[in-house]
Amino acid sequence: MVQKILAGDIRSIARAITLAENEDYQAVELMRSLYSHTGKAYLVGITGPPGGGKSTLVDRMIAYYRKLDLKVAVIGIDPSSTFTGGALLGDRVRMQAHATDSGVFIRSMGSRGHLGGLAVATADSAKILDAAGYDIIIFETVGIGQSEIEVASQVDTTVLVTVPGLGDDIQVLKAGTMEIADIFVVNKADRDGVEKSVMAIEQLLSTWDMTEDDFVPPILKVTAKDNIGIGELAQAIEQHKKYLHDSGKFEVRRRNRAVTEVHTLILNQLDKWAHDKMTKDITTRDNIEEVYLKFIDPHTVAREALRELELETMWDKWGQGADGGG
Amino acid sequence: MSNKKTRILIAKPGLDGHDRGAKFIARALRDAGFEVIYTGLRQTPEAIASAAIQEDVQWVGLSCLSGAHNSLFPKVVEILKQKQAEDIKVFGGGVIPSDDIPGLKEAGIKEIFTPGATSKSVIDYINSN
Ligand SMILES: Nc1nc2c(ncn2[C@@H]2O[C@H](COP(=O)(O)OP(=O)(O)OP(=O)(O)O)[C@@H](O)[C@H]2O)c(=O)[nH]1
Ligand SMILES: [Mg+2]
Repeated sequence: MVQKILAGDIRSIARAITLAENEDYQAVELMRSLYSHTGKAYLVGITGPPGGGKSTLVDRMIAYYRKLDLKVAVIGIDPSSTFTGGALLGDRVRMQAHATDSGVFIRSMGSRGHLGGLAVATADSAKILDAAGYDIIIFETVGIGQSEIEVASQVDTTVLVTVPGLGDDIQVLKAGTMEIADIFVVNKADRDGVEKSVMAIEQLLSTWDMTEDDFVPPILKVTAKDNIGIGELAQAIEQHKKYLHDSGKFEVRRRNRAVTEVHTLILNQLDKWAHDKMTKDITTRDNIEEVYLKFIDPHTVAREALRELELETMWDKWGQGADGGG
Repeated sequence: MSNKKTRILIAKPGLDGHDRGAKFIARALRDAGFEVIYTGLRQTPEAIASAAIQEDVQWVGLSCLSGAHNSLFPKVVEILKQKQAEDIKVFGGGVIPSDDIPGLKEAGIKEIFTPGATSKSVIDYINSN
């Protein structure tokens, strides 16, 4: 499978991404073999409110990069239902013109819900596509949840897409969401209120605590539907890339990413362990019942459960730290 | 611990211009816990097969109202086979005369759902195959 992925075999790439999404053990082996072949692709995140025209924009970006003869991969992420686990993934609809282009790979992904799971799946998928030779990897996420924050930490450039009418009520996008932007796009610039949106973003930027060395996010007016402003967006991405390299921040970001990745993987496994412990371990389940009945307190039960990992003493250490060593 | 999901691509080959039926079944499948990838209207068999492979789905559901199912449905199966993806199973729906069904099954379409079929029957079928 490794050789086929490196040779760019579509079926193998697609299957490898499935393994990563399923958190299948085979994915761990695979990532081990592929890792030394990664690091060449440039990763771009496109995020913004539902219906903002993100997929339309990505479709135009694909066309733009294809003209430069670059290979492009897209991962479109949509939320999964927390109740049924099902998902309706529709980003592809706007990009189907590229379905049969052998230089384009498009994949739809459900967020599937558990802590860190999406982050692991997207990080692994990016590596698979990187190793397979895609030059640009674009992630589309809906800017309303945790997922775009997780994805933003994995990409080199984050593009935040807004539309007129949202801009004057910038609160719609939570503060945390705005801060991840390296580039702002006001899409649907064919509509009224574009200038108002641009001003609102400028206003917001003026409140940011920036030094001279920081990259000032450009604000671009784009009409994705009519293919207007795409070249300017590609240029802005290129400028940001250059800035990252010239300032040394590219390496800083990639180093931070390594930290985040390992941290997430550890948390992810611990989360699964905790889930199993809570649902399958009879003693823990009985103890939880006793917490409910107020016979034992929750701290004692958690501490008891952590004994299996020999982590219960961690609490003592933290406790000593908090008490100033007493 | 693995976190497997059944993935289904819903596509509309052919030239007919409305996709209410396809979207209805896409939503029903989502509500039944599947990951559904929707590709939109007027898709060529080539584009559908490529999408199915990139998305690594187990199933492709085709909906056709234009009457061109006899050529379009088998074409999708054929291209999947050419691309060594014959393990991806294809089912169909839409306005399909019962006389056409044996021929379509012969051509490798696993099941055909005619307009009277409930979404539950589609879900049950996928769950048991
Ligand atoms: N007027 C106008 N409409 C646009 C433009 N770009 C996209 N649209 C329309 O906006 C609607 C949503 O477009 P999508 O590309 O699906 O938006 P999205 O942000 O990917 O949507 P989700 O993934 O569902 O959140 C479609 O009807 C597009 O045709 C634009 O520049 N101007
Ligand atoms: Mg979209």
